[in-house]
Amino acid sequence: MFITFIFASMLRVATPILLAALGECYVQNAGILNLGIEGIMLFSAFTGFLAAVATNSSLIGLLAGLGTGLLLGFLLAVLYVTLKSDQIVVGIAFSLSAIGFTSLYFRLLYGTTLPKLPVKEWVINIPELAAIPIIGRMFFNQPFLVYVSIALVPFFYYVLYKTRFGLKIRTLGENPMVADTAGVNVFLYRYIVMLIGGLLAGLGGAYLSLYQVSLFQDNLIQGRGYVAIAIVMFARWNPLKILGGALLYGVAEAFAGAIQALGYLRTVPAEIILMLPYIITILGLVVLARRARFPPAFARPYRREMR
Amino acid sequence: MSEKNYVVQMIGITKSFPGVVANKNIDFDLKKGEIHGLLGENGAGKTTLMNILYGFYRPDEGEIYIEGKRVKMRSPKDALKLGIGMVYQHFTLVPEFKVVENVMLGMDIVGQKIGLKATASLIEEQAKQLGFTVNPWSKVADLSLGEQQRVEILKVLLRGAKVIILDEPTSVLAPVEVAGLFNVLKQLVSQGKSIVFITHKLNEAMELCDRITVLRAGRKIGTLDKSEITSTLEIVRMMFGVEAEPALAAEVPRTFGKEVLKVENLVVQSDRGVDAVKGVSFSIREGEILGLAGIDGNGQKELAEALSGIRSIKSGKIYFKGEDVTRLGAGDLHVRGISYITDDRISEGLIQDFTLAENITLKDFRKNDMKRSLFLDWKKASKIAKEVIKEYELAAAKPNSLVQTLSGGTQQKLLVAREIGGEASLIIANQPTHGVDAKTTAYIRKKLVEKASKGAAVLLISNDLDEIFSCANTIAVIYEGKILGILDRQSATREDIAYLMIGVKRD
Repeated sequence: MFITFIFASMLRVATPILLAALGECYVQNAGILNLGIEGIMLFSAFTGFLAAVATNSSLIGLLAGLGTGLLLGFLLAVLYVTLKSDQIVVGIAFSLSAIGFTSLYFRLLYGTTLPKLPVKEWVINIPELAAIPIIGRMFFNQPFLVYVSIALVPFFYYVLYKTRFGLKIRTLGENPMVADTAGVNVFLYRYIVMLIGGLLAGLGGAYLSLYQVSLFQDNLIQGRGYVAIAIVMFARWNPLKILGGALLYGVAEAFAGAIQALGYLRTVPAEIILMLPYIITILGLVVLARRARFPPAFARPYRREMR
Repeated sequence: MSEKNYVVQMIGITKSFPGVVANKNIDFDLKKGEIHGLLGENGAGKTTLMNILYGFYRPDEGEIYIEGKRVKMRSPKDALKLGIGMVYQHFTLVPEFKVVENVMLGMDIVGQKIGLKATASLIEEQAKQLGFTVNPWSKVADLSLGEQQRVEILKVLLRGAKVIILDEPTSVLAPVEVAGLFNVLKQLVSQGKSIVFITHKLNEAMELCDRITVLRAGRKIGTLDKSEITSTLEIVRMMFGVEAEPALAAEVPRTFGKEVLKVENLVVQSDRGVDAVKGVSFSIREGEILGLAGIDGNGQKELAEALSGIRSIKSGKIYFKGEDVTRLGAGDLHVRGISYITDDRISEGLIQDFTLAENITLKDFRKNDMKRSLFLDWKKASKIAKEVIKEYELAAAKPNSLVQTLSGGTQQKLLVAREIGGEASLIIANQPTHGVDAKTTAYIRKKLVEKASKGAAVLLISNDLDEIFSCANTIAVIYEGKILGILDRQSATREDIAYLMIGVKRD
């Protein structure tokens, strides 16, 4: 029962982290640190929720979250790339203001009565196969986005390491001047990765409110954006390893969920158990990211006219 | 002016950076099939002018014609499309990438949308045509500087360049490799390419170039056809404004004072955890310049860092004026009077985002005369900076100029000024004239000798025999982390030292 529970939910809870981390992987490979990812996820969870309630469609909710992510990715790109602001300061300020903004408007719109979410659309369920013990529900009863996010992993890996586009992205993180002198438009490509990062973070945020926890509340993301950043780093900017990191987080969260849902370990305070995924993330960072080689141009805006 | 045989014409180019006019109304042209030398000392504006031709900088004023047609370039992309390529002094290669990845980047911009394998075979083909071989699949970091330069040249050629700009291409090469490079360049010209060759080495320009243009302090002094040049003195005068001072530094004092530095069996590890300095012992007295000769990478850097307190010591002892300072850090050593001129001014010596005045006071902010109650005395700092600018003739700099806007030579003078300006009694100078022009070099050497004659002890680490012989009283040679010999300058010959530098001990 316990194991089945973990298997059934680990992919589901790993999905928003995986989506956000895949986007952030491109962003960081191009030499940008987007700490605003947490804020993008929160805004998108919020707009996705609003749109889903208003249209009674969880798919339209997802699309709204995706659009919000694109828009905010663009906004942050203007700040990071064009205005060359400090990426750490801007990213944190943005993510903090997202908490205040979404909490306030959620109350203004709904007061204390929680709206009812539409039925989740496009959940793939093959009852015969899902009945397979232990792993059945893990593979055959999940929202479609779970499958999409996993399918994106090899795709992102291939594009990053095997295509011209990926080569340009990686060069930006190594040394933007090299890219510039090779005729690559540094600003354009950094905008592109920010749009990709925003889109995927937005999708992850909306998925979280609509498909995973099925509600919206203050600070719904609870640091998942930052966890995604940490996973990108300890996966050494490699999409395949990011899948591993996201699954590790997924297992930890599913484990914590299973303990609570099935009523084990009642003597241990719930807060301790809920800390588990974050502790795993910190351990991952300490053990694996300690000797990581960061992209040399990491978090540094590019200016051409320097000697 | 619009003759057909000019591939490039630049007219009235002016470019300024905050606080510095780098180019002032410069005309430059390049004929098809020629090698045009662009000469000048550091900070003369050579690289800036070529960065404008490569679209990397936009000129404030001026016009550029390529094959007679007026062009406006917004980025290197436009220049590449027009068939202009540039090989930078500090290579624009990603060390972590393979050769083929470095070459492929940007090929699509000139319409070559091909994959890694196709690019690799193009590389091999082009290299073969020029008479050398390159493995497209090796990592750039594993190549020697000479090999990296060949990759840069291949890269530029495969992007379809007809005009090739090379910025100080010989500065990274060993003498044997220089001949190889010149052969390649001559071959390219015979294939119809046109080359701009930036250098501050007169002999190279005379050997290779068809015409020579001299810049000084951001202005063009003149262009000469090689056939018109009767003596090199003419060009030296154009470069420096006056007859250059003889490269030699000074009468060297023969009487030394007390022992200042004593090193016993010092062992120091490199970043990779292997012993880089393997048990060296030597001492330096007041007024003495110990020249430590050696080819780069034989433990000099690690030794210099250990002595200045920024690298920990595995075993052995260091005594400074009789005190055991083996375990002391950089701050304590600086207070005691040890100063350190690093060989990496850009990332270790100076803070690029700080102003000149801030960099000057960087090590002395603790001193009481730099304080005004709780605060730093910026007026004083600015005054010191002005004195340094005057004394060291820092071209076009102001106390509040950002260091990143200064030329390499100016930055080096600033670093030297800060390190030897105070009351240092031991100066560790690692390649103090690396990458600076002849005039600045002579100036820095003179300053070091002056300092020694006032009683300081100097450890001068250099791979340049001229430098060693013009400054040092005593010469030590380091090879693979060991000192192979310590000789008196009076009795040592260049040949003795040169053999020791390559590890050969003769009887």
